[in-house]
Amino acid sequence: MTLTKAELANLLFDKVGLNKREAKEMVEAFFDEVRTALEKGDSVKLSGFGNFQLRDKPQRPGRNPKTGEEMPITARRVVTFHASHKLKAMVEDHHDVAGTHSE
Amino acid sequence: MTKSELIARLAERHPHLVAADAELAVKTILDAMVISLVEGRRIEIRGFGSFSLNYRPPRLGRNPKTGEKVEVAGKYVPHFKAGKELRDRVDYSD
Repeated sequence: MTLTKAELANLLFDKVGLNKREAKEMVEAFFDEVRTALEKGDSVKLSGFGNFQLRDKPQRPGRNPKTGEEMPITARRVVTFHASHKLKAMVEDHHDVAGTHSE
Repeated sequence: MTKSELIARLAERHPHLVAADAELAVKTILDAMVISLVEGRRIEIRGFGSFSLNYRPPRLGRNPKTGEKVEVAGKYVPHFKAGKELRDRVDYSD
């Protein structure tokens, strides 16, 4: 049911005509390039799909949920994804209002 | 990095393929991801992250111009959760 790299590779085999090995490698390379750009601190803008951005979060107070002990959550950089208007609109249009799942 | 830069990098990495293949590959991957989410199917990319839909329940909103209360219908919105490898590689602090 879930879309995975294996299914994407099959699509590249069917639709682009790459051989199985190339198709698998291309899917890996696709996500590797996005990861590498983000790792370098570069945001990634894929029109029609969405943007991956980086946010620098300052240290903030936190708690160990198990022990209740207070400990700071260290400053860190995190990835955020913002779906494009097109993707959001397509998802909204396909799923009926008021929570009814149209599948 | 934009989509065209991504295509250029993939074409560079695959000199044995024609450049148009990199473009078609990127388009095919992104189209499949869009269709998957539109159909409510999760996407799981090992080492990268997962995409799914989050439900936003109906709520009472306000028209910011008139201040009038309006019913905002429930809806689904795309959501991304970065995988461990991506989180670790992006986070410089450790």
